[in-house]
Amino acid sequence: MERQSPAFTVFVYAAALLLAAIILAPILWLFVMSISSAADLSTKPLNWWPNEIDLSRYQVLLSTIENSAGAAFTASLFNSLKVAGMATLAAIAVAIPSAWAVSRTSSVSWSLYAVIATYMLPPVALAVPLYMGLAYLGLLNSVFGLALVYLTILAPFTTWLLKSGFDSIPKEIESAAMIDGARLDQILRLITLPLAAPVMATSALFAFLLAWDEFFYALLFTSDLRAKTLTVAISDLAGGRVSDYGLIATAGVLAALPPVLIGLVMQRALISGLTSGGVKG
Amino acid sequence: MSGTWITTRAWLLMLPLLVVMIAVIGWPLIDTVRLSFTDAKLVGTEGAFVGFGNYAKMLGGSNFQRAFITTTWFAVVSVTAEMVLGVLAALLLNQQFRGRTALRALMILPWALPTVVNATLWRLIYNPEYGALNAALTQIGLIDSYRSWLGEPSSALTALIIADCWKNFPLVALIALAALQAVPRDITAASLVDGAGPLNRFRYVIMPYLAGPLLVALVLRTIEAFKVFDLIWVMTRGGPANSTRTLSILVYQEAFSFQRAGSGASLALIVTLLVTVLAVAYAGLVRKAAGAS
Repeated sequence: MERQSPAFTVFVYAAALLLAAIILAPILWLFVMSISSAADLSTKPLNWWPNEIDLSRYQVLLSTIENSAGAAFTASLFNSLKVAGMATLAAIAVAIPSAWAVSRTSSVSWSLYAVIATYMLPPVALAVPLYMGLAYLGLLNSVFGLALVYLTILAPFTTWLLKSGFDSIPKEIESAAMIDGARLDQILRLITLPLAAPVMATSALFAFLLAWDEFFYALLFTSDLRAKTLTVAISDLAGGRVSDYGLIATAGVLAALPPVLIGLVMQRALISGLTSGGVKG
Repeated sequence: MSGTWITTRAWLLMLPLLVVMIAVIGWPLIDTVRLSFTDAKLVGTEGAFVGFGNYAKMLGGSNFQRAFITTTWFAVVSVTAEMVLGVLAALLLNQQFRGRTALRALMILPWALPTVVNATLWRLIYNPEYGALNAALTQIGLIDSYRSWLGEPSSALTALIIADCWKNFPLVALIALAALQAVPRDITAASLVDGAGPLNRFRYVIMPYLAGPLLVALVLRTIEAFKVFDLIWVMTRGGPANSTRTLSILVYQEAFSFQRAGSGASLALIVTLLVTVLAVAYAGLVRKAAGAS
């Protein structure tokens, strides 16, 4: 910057340290809990760092031995992967053609506002009929049914993000190809989609993170190992009679790992997606 | 190509999305409206038409009124705190100092943490016997006996607000930071030459760039805060003594715990209406701000 007094520099560093501590302390503590022995976590005064590093809970939760605590956890992990994966693919598949259509056709662009409006709906407004509908179709407690319901959130969101991505690809490239005699599907496949690949990847990641994070519908529509997702499994642990807080923390670390890694690696893309999607609308 | 064909083609391309949206949003929403006029149970009985009976009962009940106040308080306090903290953090991250890039990268962590994990983490921190908050405050000497932060109606809602703020102020900060970086350097430099103090510089030079993005963040955060469910369900389930029972928790209990689908649906629509009013009011604000800058 232009000129900085030493006092200002000290202030900036102090504030930066404070901010870092606020952000990091809770996350580090979650990790420390996950590697502390039960004894270290229940002494007074509390042991802020374990006497001995205890990784056994990671083994417990990731084991697949039948009927173990781990089996329930890994089942929910796979359910989350399946539900989020299926919902993301389906959302992207329906969002690509619609987002392109909205981006290139001004006469239908109003429909995007209807799509965005649904994103504001509280999930409770849809929950009762969705519950009855899934029950009627025999899709309660199924990963497929849950993935279908997740489209209520993912489809509008990805359409919105993809639309702003398509907007930034010049129409002229497509027009030129059309004059050269290319069909619409060729234009999309060979020109537009490759150019939109980064936006599509960001949208897919966002969709995946949203589905991974979802709790309300998962709580309502799943009941056992066949479909229960990670978020529900963790809330069961946290609200249940488990007295080993380290185990709850470990489950938290494991559930947080994929989105946190995605967040760190994709940081730039996520922020520009957030701000451009959010600001341009 | 004619305009009609282009419009038709657009609708055809949108068909899959429209089918999905009608199936999972349109139809359920209409059915919620229908149910809200009946006394249907979640399982079994179809329910008889009761007109606006559910609405009258819900709106007139003390449960709704209390949940409305709780929700509003939660939304106003946490969103205000998130906006203030977010802007302050963004102003800091816009300065030059060593480790700035690393700190910016860290800001994404709370946002990326799943809400349920965040709620669980804070529940552990607030634990009355072994929680880190009690341990830390006792060791510093701020309190002399352990407290049950989530177990006392006087502190539970505040404890939830802190957990919500911690997760969400970094998002506001990142949005504000992106906006700050769009402020042209020569303009800030010129304002310095003209002798503008830091407050005036913020008000007249930086704020016009921040206003639009911040309003969008405000809209999104307010709507999210008004719909809050996960955080509260995992941390307190609406207790103690219903002191943290927000509207979404109330709807969940009515429709699913008590299985009263009809009155639950009417309550859900009241919440939807409130969120819509908020969204429309804010959208107006955003457009006004966009026009002004």
